[in-house]
Amino acid sequence: MQTEALEGGFADAPLEAARAFRAAMGAMARPGRIETLDGATPPAPLSPAAGALILTLCDPDTPVHLAGAHDVPAVRDWIAFHTGAPAAGAEAAEFAVGDWGALQPLDRYRIGTAEYPDRSTTLIVEMTRLETSGALLRGPGIRDSAWLSLPGVDAFRRNAALFPLGRDFFFTCGDKVAALPRSTQVEDG
Amino acid sequence: MSDYNFAYLDEQTKRMIRRAILKGLAVPGYQVPFASREMPMPYGWGTGGVQVSAAVMVPEDRFKVIDQGADDTTNAVSIRKFFERTAGVETTEETAQASVIQTRHRIPETPLNEDQILVYQVPIPEPLRFLEPRETETRKMHSLEEYGLMHVKLYEDISQHGAIATSYAYPVKVEGRYVMDPSPIPKFDNPKLSGCPAIQLFGAGREQRIYALPPYTRVASLDFEDYPFDPSKADHPCDLCGAEDSYLDEVITDDAGGRMFACSDTDYCRARREAGHAGPRATAQHEEAGA
Amino acid sequence: MYVAVKGGERAIDNAHAWLAEERRGDPAVDELSVAQIREQLALAVNRVMTEGSLYDSDLAALAIKQARGDLIEAIFLIRAYRTTLPRFGAAHPVDTAKMACDRRISATFKDVPGGQVLGPTFDYTHRLLDFKLAAEGEGEAPDAPRNPAQEGAAPHVTGFLNREGLIQTEDASDATPPDLTREPMELPAGRPLRLQALTRGDEGFVLSLAYSTQRGYARNHAFVGELRIGAVAVEMDIPELGFAIEIGEITLTECETVNQFTGSKTEPPQFTRGYGLVFGQTERKAISMALVDRALRWKELGEEDQGAPAQDEEFVLMHCDNIQATGFLEHIKLPHYVDFQSELELVRKLRREAAQTQMQEAAE
Repeated sequence: MQTEALEGGFADAPLEAARAFRAAMGAMARPGRIETLDGATPPAPLSPAAGALILTLCDPDTPVHLAGAHDVPAVRDWIAFHTGAPAAGAEAAEFAVGDWGALQPLDRYRIGTAEYPDRSTTLIVEMTRLETSGALLRGPGIRDSAWLSLPGVDAFRRNAALFPLGRDFFFTCGDKVAALPRSTQVEDG
Repeated sequence: MSDYNFAYLDEQTKRMIRRAILKGLAVPGYQVPFASREMPMPYGWGTGGVQVSAAVMVPEDRFKVIDQGADDTTNAVSIRKFFERTAGVETTEETAQASVIQTRHRIPETPLNEDQILVYQVPIPEPLRFLEPRETETRKMHSLEEYGLMHVKLYEDISQHGAIATSYAYPVKVEGRYVMDPSPIPKFDNPKLSGCPAIQLFGAGREQRIYALPPYTRVASLDFEDYPFDPSKADHPCDLCGAEDSYLDEVITDDAGGRMFACSDTDYCRARREAGHAGPRATAQHEEAGA
Repeated sequence: MYVAVKGGERAIDNAHAWLAEERRGDPAVDELSVAQIREQLALAVNRVMTEGSLYDSDLAALAIKQARGDLIEAIFLIRAYRTTLPRFGAAHPVDTAKMACDRRISATFKDVPGGQVLGPTFDYTHRLLDFKLAAEGEGEAPDAPRNPAQEGAAPHVTGFLNREGLIQTEDASDATPPDLTREPMELPAGRPLRLQALTRGDEGFVLSLAYSTQRGYARNHAFVGELRIGAVAVEMDIPELGFAIEIGEITLTECETVNQFTGSKTEPPQFTRGYGLVFGQTERKAISMALVDRALRWKELGEEDQGAPAQDEEFVLMHCDNIQATGFLEHIKLPHYVDFQSELELVRKLRREAAQTQMQEAAE
C-alpha cells in the first residue's frame, strides 16, 4: 500500500463527516442545488467531493463499485484504508463511483424491491462541470423548478419512471456536489 | 464536551443512520428500516428523534427541542441537555433562531424556513398498524399501494359518527404514493406538512424506521370529496396572547368548571406577548417560574 | 390565576438527587458493594447479563446496584452501555460438548455417559424461609463436599438419539448468523435470529409463552433431553497470529428438549428439538426458550398452524424484548395533552352534532 492511501482522510472525522453529511443531505433533499463538500483529499481521479461522500457514507457494510478510470490501486487502497468498504461488482454495489460513461450500463445497478425500495444503489457520477443549468427538474425538494447540468435526460427519465424503485445519484465536480433522487421528474431544459 | 463521541453516537452508527436518511429523502414517505441503537434513554421517549438529530447535527447548529409545543416540558429539557452535553451545540427556544428542531407531537406555529430541519419523534411509524398489526402484511400493502383498508376505516367513522374520528396522527398521502403517519401531531398541524421549506425527518427508534419529507413535498391529508379534511382546533383565542390561529392547550383553572386556553407553542405565545399582543387573561404573572 | 409550568430543568435535577438518596436507603445500614451483589445475588446478575447481551458480572452487579434492584432497569443500563462498545471481532462458536459441567441432568434417560450431576440447584430445597440467613454475620462460610471432576467429555444426550436416527438432525452451517443489535429486524426471521431474540427476551414473557405451549396452545410435549450448566472456552481468531487462541471462559446454561413429532409423508416418525442457550446459571430461561423455539419451528417441521401465540413468530419477536416493551409502556407517562386536546375537541363536536340531530328529530 502506498503512503498516499494513508493520507487525505478527514482531519477530525466526527466533525468533518457531520458537516459533509449536511452538505450531502442538502443536495439530496433539494435536487439541483449545488453544495460544497470539502475536507477530503483523495488520490486522483477521485474528486474531493466524491472522496468526502465516500468517507461520510461508506464502511465495511457498504460494497463500493469503482468504474473505469476510478478502478485503480490508489483509489482502491484509499477507500479500503479509510472506510473498510469492500470492493464490489456493479450488481452488488451499495455505492458506485466513476465517470458517466464508465458507469454505463445503468441497469446493472440495483433498484430495490417493491417491499424494500431502499435496497438500491447510489451512484456517484464524477463530472467535468456542474452548473445549475441544463435539464429541468421538478418534484419533491424543488419549489417550482430547478436546473442541473445532467449528463443526459433519458436515463434519468427512465429511472424516475421506476419510482418508488430506482437509483439515486450524486454528481461531483472538484469540491462541489449536487444530487438527483429517483423522485425527480427530468425534462429537457 | 465529554468523553463521548460528538453527538454521542459512534461514527459507524451515524453512517448507517445517514444512509437511511438519504434513502428516506429519495423516496418520500417510505419507511426505511434502520438498525436503531439502544440509547441512554428509554424507547418511546424520543430515541428515534435523538438518533436522527445526532446524525444530522453539526457543531455550528442551534438546537431547539419541544414536547407538546413547549420547550420546558421535562422530556424536552432532558433531550436538550443531552445534546448540550454530548455535542456542545448552542440551544435556543426561539423557532426562528433554530437550525435543527426536534419535536414531539407539534409543528411550530412560526413558519419554518429553508435552512431548518425539523426532526419528529415517532412512536408508531406505520399508519396501517392499528388496522393490521402485522409488519409482514403492512409492508405488502405499501408495496402494492393497497390503501383500501384505511379508506374503509375512515368511512366507517363517518357512518358511525358523522365525521372522521381521527384527531391526531391523522394519516397523509405523500406525493400521491405512500400513506404516511405524520407522528401524533394534532390534525390542526397537518397542513403545515405540505410544501414546507424545511427538511422534515421522522425517527422511530423502537420500531427501527426513518422516513422523510424533502422541502416542498406535496402532502395531502386523507379525506373524501363529500367529507373534506377539517384541521379544526378549539374555537377560542389564546387567553394569554390573543392569537386566533394557534393550537391551544386547555387548562383547568379550578374545581368549578373554570378553564382557559393558551398556545401550546410556548415560544410563539411568548413572542406575541413581547410584541404587545394580549389575550383576555394576560397578566405579568405567568412570566414567572412556578413548579 | 394560571401559572405556566416552568422549571422543568430544576425539577429533573431535584428528582435525580432524591432518587440517589432513595437508592442508598438508610445510611445507618451498610452500603452494598458491587462484589457482594456479584457473589450473593449471582442469579440476578446472570439474568442481567443474559438479557443485556453482555457477559460481565461486575458491570451487571453495578447496574443492579444503580437500578435499586430493578432488573429490567439494570438490563437497560447494560444494553445502553454495550451499544457504545467497539466490536473487535467474532468468537468461534463455543463447543458446549466440551463444557466443564457444574450441573447436568437428563429427564429422558436414567443414566447417561458423563453422568447426571445435580449441582447447585433449588430443585429439591423445601421452600422454607431460612431464618438463620437473617442473622447478621452467619459465621462460618457454607462448605459443600467435593468430588473430583468427571474425567472425559460429557457428550450431548440428543447425540445418542441422533445416532439411531430417532431425532431430527440439525444441519451444521458456516453462515454468519444475523445480529439484531446491528441490523433492523426483518420478518420472517430465520431460526438464528429467533434464538438471539429469545436469549435476549424477557424471562417472564418467554416463561409464560413456554407455559402456554404446555397447556395446549401449540402443545409439543417437551422432555428435557438435557440441561447443562458449566464453563466453556471462548476462542477467537487473531489475524496477527494466524490462528485461534482462547480468550477466556464463560458460564452458560444450555437446554435441549426432545419433542414429539409424528412424522410426515417424507419423514419417518422421529423426535424433534428445541434449543435454549443463555449466560450464567439461568435455567428457567433456558428451558422456556427451548419450548418457545420448538413451537416457532412449526412451519419448518410441517406442522399445523394452530394460531397459538407461541407459534406466531412476529408476535413473539416483536414483543419479547423488555427494554422495548417497558420504554413504550412507560412513555404514556409523558405529557400527551396535545393529542388529548384534539380528542376532547372531537368528542365535544360529535356530541354537539348528535344533540342537534336528536333535537331535530324530536321537533319533527
